[in-house]
Amino acid sequence: MIKIIVVGNGMVGFKFCEKFVSKSGQEKYQITVFGEEPRRAYDRVHLSEYFAGKTADDLSMSTATWYEENNIILNTSELVTDIHKENKTITTHLEKTHSYDYLVLATGSAAFVPPIEGVEKEGVFVYRTIEDLDAIMAYAKKIKQNGSTEAAVLGGGLLGLEAAKAVRDLGLNPHVVEFAPRLMPRQLDKGASNMLRSKIEELNIKIHLSKSTQYIDGENAITGMMFEEEELLKVDMLVISAGIKPRDELGRGAGLEVGVRGGVVVNNKMQTSDPNIYAIGEVALYNHMIYGLVAPGYEMADVAAEQIMQGEKTMRESIDMSTQLKLIGVEVASFGDPFIEQQEGTPIVYENKLNGIYKRINISKDGKALLGGILVGDSSDYNTLFQIYSNGMAIPKNPEDLILGARGSESSSMGSVMDLPDTAVICSCENVTKGSICCSITDGTSETLGDVVKLTKATTGCGGCKPMVVDLVKEAQKSLGKEVKDVVCEHFAYSRQELYDIVKINKFTNHNEVLGTVGKGDGCEICKPVLSSIFSSIYNDTANKHVPEQDSNDRYLANIQRNGTYSVVPRVTGGEITADKLIVLGEVAKKYNLYTKITGGQRIDLFGAQLNDLPDIWKLLIDSGFESGHAYGKSLRTVKSCVGNTWCRYGMDDSTTFAIELENRYKGLRSPHKIKGGVSGCIRECAEARGKDFGIIAVDGGWNLYICGNGGANPKHAVLFAEQVDKETCFKYLDRFLMYYIRTAGPLIRTSTWLEKLEGGLDYLKQVVIEDSLGIAETLDKEMQGLVDSYACEWTEVIESPELQKRFRHFSNSDDRDENIEFVPMRDQIMPRPW
Amino acid sequence: MGTKKKIQMENILSKYESVTPQDVTVWFKAGKTSDFPADGGNCIKYKDKQIAVFNFERRNEWYACQNLCPHKMEMILSRGMIGSTDDIPKIACPMHKKTFSLKDGSNLNGDDLKIATYPVKIVEDEVLIGFID
Repeated sequence: MIKIIVVGNGMVGFKFCEKFVSKSGQEKYQITVFGEEPRRAYDRVHLSEYFAGKTADDLSMSTATWYEENNIILNTSELVTDIHKENKTITTHLEKTHSYDYLVLATGSAAFVPPIEGVEKEGVFVYRTIEDLDAIMAYAKKIKQNGSTEAAVLGGGLLGLEAAKAVRDLGLNPHVVEFAPRLMPRQLDKGASNMLRSKIEELNIKIHLSKSTQYIDGENAITGMMFEEEELLKVDMLVISAGIKPRDELGRGAGLEVGVRGGVVVNNKMQTSDPNIYAIGEVALYNHMIYGLVAPGYEMADVAAEQIMQGEKTMRESIDMSTQLKLIGVEVASFGDPFIEQQEGTPIVYENKLNGIYKRINISKDGKALLGGILVGDSSDYNTLFQIYSNGMAIPKNPEDLILGARGSESSSMGSVMDLPDTAVICSCENVTKGSICCSITDGTSETLGDVVKLTKATTGCGGCKPMVVDLVKEAQKSLGKEVKDVVCEHFAYSRQELYDIVKINKFTNHNEVLGTVGKGDGCEICKPVLSSIFSSIYNDTANKHVPEQDSNDRYLANIQRNGTYSVVPRVTGGEITADKLIVLGEVAKKYNLYTKITGGQRIDLFGAQLNDLPDIWKLLIDSGFESGHAYGKSLRTVKSCVGNTWCRYGMDDSTTFAIELENRYKGLRSPHKIKGGVSGCIRECAEARGKDFGIIAVDGGWNLYICGNGGANPKHAVLFAEQVDKETCFKYLDRFLMYYIRTAGPLIRTSTWLEKLEGGLDYLKQVVIEDSLGIAETLDKEMQGLVDSYACEWTEVIESPELQKRFRHFSNSDDRDENIEFVPMRDQIMPRPW
Repeated sequence: MGTKKKIQMENILSKYESVTPQDVTVWFKAGKTSDFPADGGNCIKYKDKQIAVFNFERRNEWYACQNLCPHKMEMILSRGMIGSTDDIPKIACPMHKKTFSLKDGSNLNGDDLKIATYPVKIVEDEVLIGFID
C-alpha cells in the first residue's frame, strides 16, 4: 500500500479524495484525511444558507458512510502540528505520528483580520466556519434581546456581501463597511458597483464606502466603529470578512518554500519544494497567486491526484477568475479582464437604472475580440459571453449586439451553442468541455441528459450551465438523426397526447393493459401518474382508483409536508365562507392541533395532520358541509374572486357568484397540471384573474375572458380571448379550451407554456374553440359535460367506505403512529422540527 | 438548527442494515398477502423498526426495505411509487422522488445515498420478512 495523507478536510481536500477514488488503480493507495474541524467536509460556498435554515448536514459534501465505503480513513477534530519531511512523517496535536509516501496540504485559508485596535473585543467575529456561524447566531440572539438592531460587516467583497445577507437573515440591520471606494473592488467597476449598491440598499442593507476603521469602540464588547474624522458608526456586532490568508504555517514550519505574503509555493504539478508534498486550494501559491475560488481549487485537486498516480496532467498556465453568482438576490457576473486599460481596448457600457441593469463589455482595439466584462442585475448573457471570451471567438460587427441583442432583425447575435469549439469549457465547476458532452452522446456512451450528467458530472456544481448542457445534448441527439421526441419516460415511446388518444381509442382502463400493449417494463413514478391522470380525464375516475399508481399527494388525497404529515384543504368556492363553517374549521384545527394558514387561493390550509387521522378529520368536515378542495391534485384548484357588485361600490357585475359557478363546474377536473381561475368585478382586478389559467373580468356590456396566465416561477399575464361576452359564452369557450388543453398538453405543462408551444398560437386556438375549425367542438363540449356530470367528492367516497379507509394507516400491522414525527412551537402554533 | 433531530435520525438510520436470505434468523409474519395492495406497498412495524413492504404483483415479486428515506430522513418510502428502470425494480420516494433499487438498495439517481433491503418470502398467504435480530 502506498500511503497518502491529506491535511485539511475542506471542499478542496474532499474533492481530492473524490477525484482520487474515481481513478483506476486507486486500490494500491491508502488515503488518510486529517481535519481540525469536528465534521465532514462541507460546502463553504453556500455557508450563508446555514442562517437561512440549512443544517450542517445539508451543507455536507458527502454522506456519513462515504469515507468508509471508499476505504478512506477520516480523522476529524485532529490537527496536524508538524511535518517531518526527512523521514516522511507527520504528528498531530494528540501526539500521534503517521508516516506517508505522499502528503497533500489542503489546509485552505483563514479569515484575514486587519490590525485594527479593538478587534479582540466581544461581539467581533470572523466568517469562515460553521462554528463561527454558531457563535454569530448566539451573539445576535443575545444582543437582540437587549434591544440592539445594528450590526456591521467589514469588507464589501463577495464574502462580505454574503455575510451581510446572513446578518440580515438573523434579523439585524446590516452595515457593510468597505475601505475601497466601491463594492467588490476586484470584480466591479464604479458603474457596476453603484448599480449593485442601489439594488442592495433597497433591501435595507446600508453601504459605507471609502471608510477606514480607526478603532473598535466599546468597553469589553463592541458598541461602534470609529472611522476617520471622528465619524462613529454605532453597531453591537461586527463580522469581519475582509479577505483570506493562506493557512501555510504547517508548510512554513516544515521548511517548504513560501511566498512573501504567504502561501506554499507550488509548480504546475501542484508539487511544493519537497517533491513528495503537494499543496492544493487556497494554501497553494501558484504563479504568485492565491486562488480563492472553488473551481481552480477543484482543478488543483485533480492535478495533484493525477500526478501522485504518475499521470501527465498539469495545471493550466493562466487560471480564469470569471464568476457568476446571485448575491442577495442580485445577479452579478464578471469575466476576463473586467477593467481594461485604454490602450488595450474600449468598453461598451449599457446602464438601465429603471431595471437595475448594468452591462459592460471590453472590446479589443481592432474590434474583433471580447476581452472581458461585467454584468449586474441580469447575467443571463454570461454563459455566451464567457464562451466567446474564453475561446477567442469572433464577435458581431456591432459588438453592442452582444449585450443589447440584435435589433431590427430576427437573427440572434449569439448563434447556437453548437458554434462553440469542442474545447469550450461548458461546466467550469467540473471542468467539462463541449466536446466531452457531445462525444458521450455521439459515441453512444450516453443516451440521455441524465446519462451525460452521471458520466461527466456537468451541472452538478453550481448548476449555472444547465441550459447549455440541455441544448448541447438535444443538438447532439439530433446530429445522430435521432428524432428528439417528447416521450413520457423509458416505458413509453409516446408523448402524453399520444397516450391519451391510445387510451381513449382502445378503451384501456388500467395501467397494466396500457403497459402490456404499448409500453415496456413496469412503469415508474413518471408514467404512472400521467396514466392515472389520463384515466381521470377520460372516465372521471377519482383518485380512489388506481391508488398505488397515483402521485404522492393524490394517493392520500392530501398534500404531504416536510415531516411526512399532511395538510388538509377543503373547498371554499370563490373564497366565500359562512361564519359557521369558519368555526368548524377552527374546531377541527383545534381538536387535531393543526397549524392553520390562509392560502393564496382564498381558502384555509390545515397542516400537520397525521395519516391515521385524515379520515376522521374529513368526516367532521364533510358532516359540516365541506368537500374535497383537490389541493393535492393536478386539477382545478380555486377560482379566486373579488366581492363584486353585491357589496363593492365600483363593481360592474357579480364576480363572486360567477366564480362559485365556475368552481363548481370544473371542480375535480384532472388535467396535465394544476388549473387556477379568477373573476374580477371590474378592471381594478382585485381577484388577480389575469394571473390565472383562466381569468374573467366584468366590463361594460359583459365579461372579458382571458386565458393561459399563471403566477409561479415564470409569471405570465393571461391573454385576451374574447371580449364582452355573456356568461354562457364564457362557459362554452372555457369547456372547449380546457378540454383541448387536457387532451393535448404534455405532463406538468401549465396552460401558458402549452399555448407558447401550440403551433399557430392564440389565433389557432381561437379558431379551434370559437370557429370550430377542427370540427371537434361538439365532442369537446360533450366530453366536458360528461366529466361535470360524473363529479364525485373523493373524500366523501373514502369516509363512506371502510375498504378505502384502510390505506390511511402508518403501519398495516399495527395501530401505532410514526413516533418520529415531532413538532416545535412557532408563533403560538406548531411547525415540524427542522431538518 | 435541527441538529438534534438529525443526530436522532442518524441513530435510527444506523438500525437499518441489509439482510441476505442466508443470514436470516427470524422470519417475521408481517401480515397476509391481501394486506398489501397490488403493485404497491405498506409500512409494517417490527420491534423498533419500520419496514416498507412491496407487493410487486406485475413481476410476481415481493420486496422489503427500510421505510426511512435517507435523503431527508423521513419515514415515508412505503408511500412511494414502485416501478422499474432498465428492468431493475425500484422505489421512488414520495417527497423528492429519489429512487432506490429494491434489489440491493442502491440509489439510482447517481447520489451516494442507499437503503437497507430485507428478504421476503410468501408461505401460503403469509408475508414473511427476514431479520437477523
